[in-house]
Amino acid sequence: MFVGAIFFPLLGACISGFLGRWIGDKAAQWSTVICMVLAAICGSLAFGQVALSGHPVTVEIVTWMDVGGLEFAWALRYDTLAAVMVAMVTFISTLIHLYSVGYMSHDETPSRFFAYLSLFTFMMLMLVTADNLAQLFFGWEGVGLASYLLIGYWYDRESANRAAMKAFIVNRVGDVSFMLGVALTFYVFGSIEFDTIFAAVPQHLEDRFGGIPALELIGVLLFIGACGKSAQLGLHTWLPDAMEGPTPVSALIHAATMVTAGVFLVCRMSPVFEYAPTALAVVTVVGASTALFAATIGCVQNDIKRVIAYSTCSQLGYMFFAAGVGAYQVAMFHLFTHAFFKALLFLGAGSVIHAMSDEQDIRKMGGIWSKIPITYAVMWIGNLALAGIPFFAGYYSKDAILEAAFASHSGVGMYAFLCGMIAAFLTAFYSWRLLILTFHGAPRADHHTMEHVHESPAVMLIPLLLLAVGAVLTGYIFAPLFIGEHEHGFWHGAILNAEHNHILHAMHEVPAWVPLAPTVMGIGGIALAYVFYMLAPGIPGRLATAFRGLYLFLLNKWYFDELYDAIFVRPARRLAMVFWKTGDAQIIDGMPNGAASLAVGVARGAVRIQTGRVANYAFAMIIGLVVFVSLFLIGR
Amino acid sequence: MTWTLALPELVLAIAGLVILVAGVLPKQETFFPVSMACIGSLLLAAVLVLGQPEGTALGGHYVADDFSGFMKLLAIGGAAIGILLSLDYNTKEGLGRFEFPLLMLLATIGMMVMISANDLLSLYLGLELLSLPLYVIAAFNRDSARSAEAGLKYFVLGALASGLLLYGSSLVYGFAGTTNFDRLADAFSADSGVTAGVVVGIVFVIAGLAFKVSAVPFHMWTPDVYEGAPTPVTAFFAAAPKVAAIALLARVLVGPFGDLAGQWQQVITLVSLGSMTLGGFAAIGQRNIKRLMAYSSIGHVGYALMGLAVANDVGLRGLLVYMAIYVAMNLGTFAVLIAMRRKGRAVEQVEDLAGLGRTDLGTAVWMAVFMFSMAGIPPLAGFFGKLYVFLAAVQAGFWTLAVVGVLTSVVSAYYYLRIVKVMFFDAPAGALDPAPASLTVVMAASGLFTLFFVLWPAPLLAAAQAAAAALLG
Repeated sequence: MFVGAIFFPLLGACISGFLGRWIGDKAAQWSTVICMVLAAICGSLAFGQVALSGHPVTVEIVTWMDVGGLEFAWALRYDTLAAVMVAMVTFISTLIHLYSVGYMSHDETPSRFFAYLSLFTFMMLMLVTADNLAQLFFGWEGVGLASYLLIGYWYDRESANRAAMKAFIVNRVGDVSFMLGVALTFYVFGSIEFDTIFAAVPQHLEDRFGGIPALELIGVLLFIGACGKSAQLGLHTWLPDAMEGPTPVSALIHAATMVTAGVFLVCRMSPVFEYAPTALAVVTVVGASTALFAATIGCVQNDIKRVIAYSTCSQLGYMFFAAGVGAYQVAMFHLFTHAFFKALLFLGAGSVIHAMSDEQDIRKMGGIWSKIPITYAVMWIGNLALAGIPFFAGYYSKDAILEAAFASHSGVGMYAFLCGMIAAFLTAFYSWRLLILTFHGAPRADHHTMEHVHESPAVMLIPLLLLAVGAVLTGYIFAPLFIGEHEHGFWHGAILNAEHNHILHAMHEVPAWVPLAPTVMGIGGIALAYVFYMLAPGIPGRLATAFRGLYLFLLNKWYFDELYDAIFVRPARRLAMVFWKTGDAQIIDGMPNGAASLAVGVARGAVRIQTGRVANYAFAMIIGLVVFVSLFLIGR
Repeated sequence: MTWTLALPELVLAIAGLVILVAGVLPKQETFFPVSMACIGSLLLAAVLVLGQPEGTALGGHYVADDFSGFMKLLAIGGAAIGILLSLDYNTKEGLGRFEFPLLMLLATIGMMVMISANDLLSLYLGLELLSLPLYVIAAFNRDSARSAEAGLKYFVLGALASGLLLYGSSLVYGFAGTTNFDRLADAFSADSGVTAGVVVGIVFVIAGLAFKVSAVPFHMWTPDVYEGAPTPVTAFFAAAPKVAAIALLARVLVGPFGDLAGQWQQVITLVSLGSMTLGGFAAIGQRNIKRLMAYSSIGHVGYALMGLAVANDVGLRGLLVYMAIYVAMNLGTFAVLIAMRRKGRAVEQVEDLAGLGRTDLGTAVWMAVFMFSMAGIPPLAGFFGKLYVFLAAVQAGFWTLAVVGVLTSVVSAYYYLRIVKVMFFDAPAGALDPAPASLTVVMAASGLFTLFFVLWPAPLLAAAQAAAAALLG
């Protein structure tokens, strides 16, 4: 069961990837789906046993490395934290595999797509069940690889290739920091196995590395790694571009699972972070800033998938600042509910794109709600959950995050609370902007496209409906377990809250207006969207003209890409150019080329002596003799 | 009388006379049986050399020791394989006359006398006995102007070299009062200083011998003669006589003139430097592969002389190992060159090898092995040959020699590898005729030696060590 949940996806990936050519696309697709169903069953059972019944286990597979003091194994660590992730990942991945069968039906190489998708799932599961940092890093890089392959899946598109490379390279920046963090962990603790590290934290509270408290440094380094994977402010630029991949990929990797790996990492390392207050403050500030920053950009984007991508970025910011104020459980809860409604939103968007003949610009949509009613309904559900409207999943988790931020009573906590509040308002606004522009109003697509608008096939609708159920119910059902009264028994020590951390109690004792505020903000945002885009459609245009600078600033995503291009990309290219033209072509190539032409010259000279005339030869001999004799006589 | 010590030479001489008579008598051409008889006699001589006791004979003119044994076996082996290589070629080119193997046999006797010489006179005797048959076989294809030219050039320049040698000998005799190596050694070690006449005499002797090993600046004849002579003759020139002349050079310089090492070392160093450099560069532009091999052999002599310039036991061991490996891979290479025929006509341009890797993989692979080995690529035998001489030079502090040696072997790698490139990557110029069995056997034998020397180098090293020790006394 424990092993099956992880390795069924790998089996599926191998079948589809290596045998897909022989067994045919249909068989390859369905074999991965079946493997995923089996994995999901195993995952759910594991969740039941580990999280609900409270029996964490660690399954050791084989010793991986045993070098000097460094020893670790391939092992599956099933505690509640891992079990939650395994159940969620396998469940959502199964639905997305199923959805992809319909979505990718017109593709030419679906077996390759499904192989990548299953490979990704396997790597993600490796990541979450790792019992040491090396295995976690293996999964970490594995999901990065799968992400690269899937973003660039349509490799004949230049933009897809660029996006894939961008995602990979930006992630490398975070990975360097992650690796440094792992190395420093080994330096400080002498081990990279979680149990050993966590047990040894109290002995290393005073350790310093280069004058900086070692735990703080580890925390910050690991967090920068997490920033890369989870697209936090500064390293977020790859996520919107990653929407070049097929939509199911966006749903699975760039919304529900991979991008949350950073949050998972912070929660997993909670015993270390708990004793690194500065690192936690950094996490809070970066998370809160991202939440606000991404929400502002989301308000003006026109590509349906990019809007949702910035929304993802923003929601990840929420999770980080929840973890930053010490409420890891709340962060995990939001991660869990977010996975459902964000996957739902992406798949719904995919359904819209499918219906609109691959059109992604919401300015060219509109007036299609009656033609695709089911998609329309599930998009509503997804957006209600995202906006945090009461009794949908997002309401429980987002409220809890803001309460926790408020309850932390620290400067950074209040900053996070404020950012979160504004972001909640903006989230609701851009969600309904998306909804209204996409489905309502007069049709702005051409006649030909409108005629072909159709509801998606059942194989795509079933996953949508299941996720919609999740988006409605997961908050209500799981809130008591994740963050409510059963929280202690549920987590079973998988997440550590130090003695000084009472946030989970404090968050229930905030003033009465605090739990209400996010809902008010959400409804306000929705109302504003209705005013702007339904009742008085002229206002957005006038605002954009009036605040042209601000509008362009947001539309161009705060000019991050341009900034990075100017600071890093172009200087690097110029430097490379110098090395290539001068260093390589002139100096390095010049030396052997010069030597070679010299050799040719010498050879010509040597051959010219060879005249073919005996007299010359004899003369050369005599000259040589004379030279030697004189040399001999002088040197004597 | 201790003439029995010279049994190998005597047996070979008598066998040569008997075969000569036997070859003349029959009506029809006796090329093949005579060749076989010559090879048989050479093998017999080799066996006798193996059983030869140590000592001096014939009034101190003749010496037998480990050094002479080693070199004689090498020379006899080279000569026997040289005859083997000529069998097919001579028949096809209309050169299948019985005098050919016989002349090689006589030359071999000359070499053996040279190697065992312990007196300036026996040295000269052996050298002339070697040279005269060589002049003849260089011009053996007398209908070809190039062959005749080669023979004539070799004769004229060879006569000059002989004259230099003889003049040098007379100078040495005039100033030292003896021609016997042992007594010369005594004379030079007793005297505190040497007269200028002796010095000039030594240089003249060196010049005469350097001509035979085609070392710079006495190498000028080599490319022309190698190109003009029939290919089996070139193969013979490049192997056996070189061994004998190198042996003689080593014996003369280390033996009687051993105490003057400080003086002749610089001459040998210069000769070595010049040969390595010329061998490395001049071959680059060559299109005729025999001419290319001529420059290649000049370069190899330069490397071998590096061992002599060091003039200690490590250096001499390196020299001997180098010569043994050189003879082996050179004979293999020439087996390939002799096999180069297209539609019955011999071809000898580098381009004629184009695409050999596709038309005749076996031959091409052996050729590649020889070329890589000559370029000194590990783990082939040629690498170890270079390794031992470079090692000696570095240990003894001859940095210039070692550095120039390494650099020129880089340069020479170019033209060796170019042949490999032409064989495997150029478009085929048309298939070559299949190689006859005798040549394939030689190719395979020397190819296997070149390939697997790395696994079992001890016997050769031990023999070379013993020979070097014998020479240094």
